[in-house]
Amino acid sequence: MHKHAIEEIIYKALMIASCLIVTGVLFLILGTIVFKGLPYLNWSMITQAPQSGYYLGHEGGILNSILGSLYLTGGATVLAFMMSLPVTLYLNVYAKKNSRLVYLVRFAFDVMWGIPSIVYGAFGFMLMLFFGIKASLLAGIITVAFLILPIMTRSMDEVVRMIPQPLLEASYALGATRLQTALKVVVRQALPGISTAVLISFGRGIGDAASLIFTAGFTDSLPTSLFQPVATLPLAIFLQFSSPIVQVQGRAYAAALILTIIILVISIVARFLTKQFTRNIVR
Amino acid sequence: MKRLLADRFSEKFLYVWVILSGLILILMMGALFYRSLPILKLQPLTTLIFSQAWHPSRGEFGFLAFIVGSLWVTTVAMLIAVPICLLTSIYLVEYSSKMLREIISPFIDILAGIPSVVYGIWGILIVVPFIRIYLAPLCGTSSSGYSVLAGGIVLAIMIFPVIIHISMEVFKTVPYELKAASLALGATKWQTVKHVVMRRAMPGIVAAMVLGLSRAFGESIAVLMVVGNLARIPKSVFSPAYPLPALIANNYGEMFSIPKYDSALLFAALLLLLVVLYFNIISRMILSGIKWSNYYYA
Repeated sequence: MHKHAIEEIIYKALMIASCLIVTGVLFLILGTIVFKGLPYLNWSMITQAPQSGYYLGHEGGILNSILGSLYLTGGATVLAFMMSLPVTLYLNVYAKKNSRLVYLVRFAFDVMWGIPSIVYGAFGFMLMLFFGIKASLLAGIITVAFLILPIMTRSMDEVVRMIPQPLLEASYALGATRLQTALKVVVRQALPGISTAVLISFGRGIGDAASLIFTAGFTDSLPTSLFQPVATLPLAIFLQFSSPIVQVQGRAYAAALILTIIILVISIVARFLTKQFTRNIVR
Repeated sequence: MKRLLADRFSEKFLYVWVILSGLILILMMGALFYRSLPILKLQPLTTLIFSQAWHPSRGEFGFLAFIVGSLWVTTVAMLIAVPICLLTSIYLVEYSSKMLREIISPFIDILAGIPSVVYGIWGILIVVPFIRIYLAPLCGTSSSGYSVLAGGIVLAIMIFPVIIHISMEVFKTVPYELKAASLALGATKWQTVKHVVMRRAMPGIVAAMVLGLSRAFGESIAVLMVVGNLARIPKSVFSPAYPLPALIANNYGEMFSIPKYDSALLFAALLLLLVVLYFNIISRMILSGIKWSNYYYA
């Protein structure tokens, strides 16, 4: 056989092997978590807060962390949305196309996307000190909002950018102002993309632990106030996992399974939404 | 008239909003710098970075062991991730059927979505024992498994999605005409990939790698779970290390019990931010350059 043909075969085999590694690792991770977590998963895990002696292996569940994570990430998502939708609309409707400001803001958000979550945690911590609030649901919400802001803005921006310019021009030609066009044409048209961006950001926020170590604290009771510490799933996993007691460690696996399921469901819903919404969209 | 006023007002309002959002980055840097001033006053920058002496209770803060630890872990992660990711993305873009590509890309998205704690747990359950029981004895040493290599493997997997995603985008921008010309000259598919696609896509590949690298450099939770956290310069990939992000994440509790410790940790965060910022700015500049050059080409 010719030398080039052999080279072709070798590299093709290597490429297929790499694809197998990438997908194989995913299934290995998911498999491990399901295998380890499923035996410990039961109804009281998701319906009860930790009872006394929970961390010694007694009765209870992680409802406090599930609710805490949902509240915290939900709040953060709303906060980030309030910032990122206006920014997206400004960049795509109001600002001049390809102006320096637009370029700079997009660049800044791209760069912010890359900043490690532990740095956001440290930043949130400094804000906490500055405003004199202690580790609490509020501090966690603000920190995670900062963390997901670039993700949400840039993914929204990418969708809104794809809206055909003639659509906007048609709206202007009918006498609509930019504000009307932005709210009634652009938002409507980009709704699937916007909801996907929101869901992606939510998924990213709910899985993050490093930014919450400093800011959210931890508690065994259900979240009741913005100014109280709040339990979150990633930290619950982290804390229980370091326990020497087998039963408690098992619950860490179960909590990891719950968190993974939440994230999988979110990403599936995001995909589904995109498909559903895009049916009625002008292309 | 009312709606015109609303339009005017909204423009000003949104403009302020946009400027504010852009200022977050500067605010972050400023705040971290301000908070690390006490430690910078205590010791010169060179001592902070090049000294190995880490005795917070005696007021000695040398970050060398942590910086080197970060470099080791990141390097190992890159050595594992880069070849696998490049081969995967070339296969998905140039070789595979559309159907296979559509099956695999959601998997890659899911991999990106898995939380870092879950990666950490998986690392402890699978990677650490694997190194302790098989890999270390195979290489003639012993290791607890909690090592640079474990951290590198976990990180490599965590940055798979970043590198694959961006390099796929980059490979897709290579104009079809270039490949067709190469194939028409009798080059095999792999030769075309090697000499034409890779060469054309090189800046973008570099950008993808740098973005992956900065992601790996900043990851904390998953790494701190598997890397051993020993503040000493690692001797081999089988010895434990203590990367910078792990240091910050691990010591929040005792931060205020030792004077200047909080400032030292926030200095570490500043260091992390600056390194990651630098890498990100470089790769984003490369990537936006590619977009433009391909517009001109088309």
